[in-house]
Amino acid sequence: MALTAMDIYKQLPKTNCGDCGIPTCLAFAMKLAQGQASLDECPHVTEDAIAALEGSSAPPMKTVTIGTGDKALDIGGQTVLFRHEETFRNPCGIAIQVNTSLSEEEMRERITTACNTEFDRVGMIFDLDLIALNDDDGSLPQAAQIATEVSTLPLMLMSDDPESMRGALEVCSEGRPLIYAAGADNFDEMTALAKEFSCPLAIRSQNLDELYELSEKAGEAGLEDLVLDSGARELNAVLQNQTIVERAAINEKIKPMGFPTIGFVVGNNEVEKIISASELIAKYAGIVVTDLLTREALLAMVTARLNIYTDPQKPIQVESGVYEIGEPDATSPVLITTNFSLTYYTVEADTSAGNIDAWVVVVDTDGTSVLTAWAAEDFTPEIIAKTIKECGIEEKVEHRIGVLPGGVAVLSGDLEQESGWNIVVGPRESSAIPTFFKTEYEQRIAGF
Amino acid sequence: MPLTIPKQRWTAEVQTATIGATEAEGGTRTSTVTIGGEQTLPFLHFDGETPNRPVIAMEVLDEQPSGWPEPLAQHYEDVWGDPAAWAQKAVEEFGADLICLRLLSANPDGSDASADQCAETIQSVLKAVGVPLIIWGCGNDEKDNEIMPFCSQAAAGERCVLGSATEDNYKTICASALADNQMIISESPLDINIQKQVNILVTDMGMDLANIILYQVTGGLGYGVEYAYSILERTRLAALDGDRMLQMPMLSIVGSEAWRVKEAWQSEEDAPEWGPLEKRGIIWEAATATLFLHAGTDILVMWHPEAVTRLRDHIDEMMSGESV
Ligand code: B12
Ligand code: SF4
Repeated sequence: MALTAMDIYKQLPKTNCGDCGIPTCLAFAMKLAQGQASLDECPHVTEDAIAALEGSSAPPMKTVTIGTGDKALDIGGQTVLFRHEETFRNPCGIAIQVNTSLSEEEMRERITTACNTEFDRVGMIFDLDLIALNDDDGSLPQAAQIATEVSTLPLMLMSDDPESMRGALEVCSEGRPLIYAAGADNFDEMTALAKEFSCPLAIRSQNLDELYELSEKAGEAGLEDLVLDSGARELNAVLQNQTIVERAAINEKIKPMGFPTIGFVVGNNEVEKIISASELIAKYAGIVVTDLLTREALLAMVTARLNIYTDPQKPIQVESGVYEIGEPDATSPVLITTNFSLTYYTVEADTSAGNIDAWVVVVDTDGTSVLTAWAAEDFTPEIIAKTIKECGIEEKVEHRIGVLPGGVAVLSGDLEQESGWNIVVGPRESSAIPTFFKTEYEQRIAGF
Repeated sequence: MPLTIPKQRWTAEVQTATIGATEAEGGTRTSTVTIGGEQTLPFLHFDGETPNRPVIAMEVLDEQPSGWPEPLAQHYEDVWGDPAAWAQKAVEEFGADLICLRLLSANPDGSDASADQCAETIQSVLKAVGVPLIIWGCGNDEKDNEIMPFCSQAAAGERCVLGSATEDNYKTICASALADNQMIISESPLDINIQKQVNILVTDMGMDLANIILYQVTGGLGYGVEYAYSILERTRLAALDGDRMLQMPMLSIVGSEAWRVKEAWQSEEDAPEWGPLEKRGIIWEAATATLFLHAGTDILVMWHPEAVTRLRDHIDEMMSGESV
């Protein structure tokens, strides 16, 4: 993978002339290895050295960009096979299939729905990535015209017919769509189109050997932005092929395999399709193409993708401090929780769903959940009391009553001691917060 | 030039375990379940053999659950409060490979059922179904230590799997399992080192490695699934790399974790943007199970019959694939 300073040094002139602004070739090599210098700063480096260094320092899997502007999709660029080793890079793109045989109205509606599909989760917005126009009746050029008008997402053009593809590219190539696909039968025409219109190209084969050959040929033809499809559709064959391509790229550095892959969701009903999609997301697909367009199915896909692609070392977190829900005032209740995004936003969503105006004191637990933090001693009475004292909540409210998550009821006595606040133990699950405030809270604080 | 398939040369394989004992083996089960033995990461037939398919255990509660959303409740309402009937339905109608019985009624904060009552429940379930059993206590360590010896004895010789041995609480359950020819679940909170430690502790007590199933805690989709996924994957990699103390088959709790997540149960009025409730939970359970399956789990503990059917089909498909 990354080159060592010694690897680089071997390729340098070793004259220590200093023209690069650094006194010795070795020092320059060390800077280069750390990514703090670039090779072209040495005016004496040979062509051969450039080829050798750039070749071996290239990432094992190319990052391919589809589309342009802020909705452009980057896929690939992976460096590991298992997410515990290092965060997976670019999350897989979700492409919604739209058949060109649909009526214009249906097509507009489907594309608009896909473009408007977004979900709010742990304080972030997640949406879909591509519209995959599937040429099932030869009208791809017309469909591409409609799509350029209504779609805010980049396109993927699916046709085996070079004429249809040309027609579509003439309409929408400025948006850098993905051409899907070049196979053994139309290889020359499709690669020529990819070149002429400067668009990324997918290669679809009958098997892995053919995939290798076609990819190598496309590379020789000067194409750099490829997406691979081994042609398998049966789920287990897909899994095996995806794994082989990923290993060939990352472990073996086999260059023709060093591109992101594309996978197609299969199944006879929604649940089967979700199973297929989950497998593709977990096992290395760079793009997942589906005809599913229901909210429940896409919510599951988007969530699975988020989970697989999050940083395994560092949970998504919010800053500690005081947060407002609704329009709280000096008499509003104070909820206490941790700074794990999932925890905070779950509490926030449930509390707002109950139309409760409240303050939330968020304790820095390194982004862990309530019980995890408690078990790890990051959510102790001392730490919580310190946050209460320092976050400024005491200036915002006139009472001194805090609501603790039910899961850590055992902390309440010590927390009262440490903070001088009265502590009410709330429900275990935040979904019960609305009912809790409607039916219990007033009574529970009556004695204070 | 054709592609050289990059095969992974593993040095070891997953331990094989057989749950349940037939009459010939000193029990009364009409079928047993054999899992483990994988020589590869999940379903990569080009890399090695997968001699036994992953299985689906369906969970049976010994008392009526509260707060189950309608799409789930409708399948079990007729058998609530009758664990034997529930187990029978799970096996005969839904095709469960084994039953995962939870003795929630023992909880001192709830019904506080006695050890005798729990033992009776176990006997009634053993009588009602022929498949092997996984038996968990109520989750309260003290009470579980009180009931488990009786529960274990009530099923003596059946090779049930008793849950669960943890770092702080393993002696009673381990001693019971040893006395009555049962297996155990060795549990750790998403931590490989603690998992190894528990396995060392129970094997020091005389527990055979072939009698241990690993459970490293689960989280549902959107609710910690990523941690469980990686722990399963890391454990399986360690097993194939020859780590004896991590080579046992693994179990994942899917049903209760998936249905705990809000997306699975929130009503449509409160979350219209999430689509129809009758589909969400099933999808959530199926997606969670799929991720665990592909991370290497051997036993999926599930709830919803449709999710079970679809996962079974998926496992069939994965097992019947040929080496590419
Ligand atoms: C994922 C996970 C982890 C992840 C961390 C994830 C994270 N960012 O927190 C990892 C793998 C790192 C981890 C590690 C550990 N974990 Co952990 N982990 C889990 C798991 C599977 C899910 C936790 C989760 O994400 N929950 C979701 C969030 C949203 O829940 P929550 O924060 O509790 O919030 C809910 C409620 O508390 C409530 N709520 C929250 N705030 C508020 C506020 C108010 C006012 C109210 C009313 C309600 C409320 O509403 C929320 C929604 O219902 C659970 C088991 C499980 N299935 O639940 C174990 C679990 C929490 N972990 C546990 C343990 C022991 C640990 C470790 C100590 C193990 C170890 N020794 O290594 C370590 C400690 C980590 C460390 N040293 O930093 C135990 C805790 C045992 C206990 N009861 O105390 C659990 C329960 C597992 C178990 N059964 O053993 N863990
Ligand atoms: S310019 Fe090139 S040759 Fe001169 S010191 Fe720098 S690296 Fe060495």
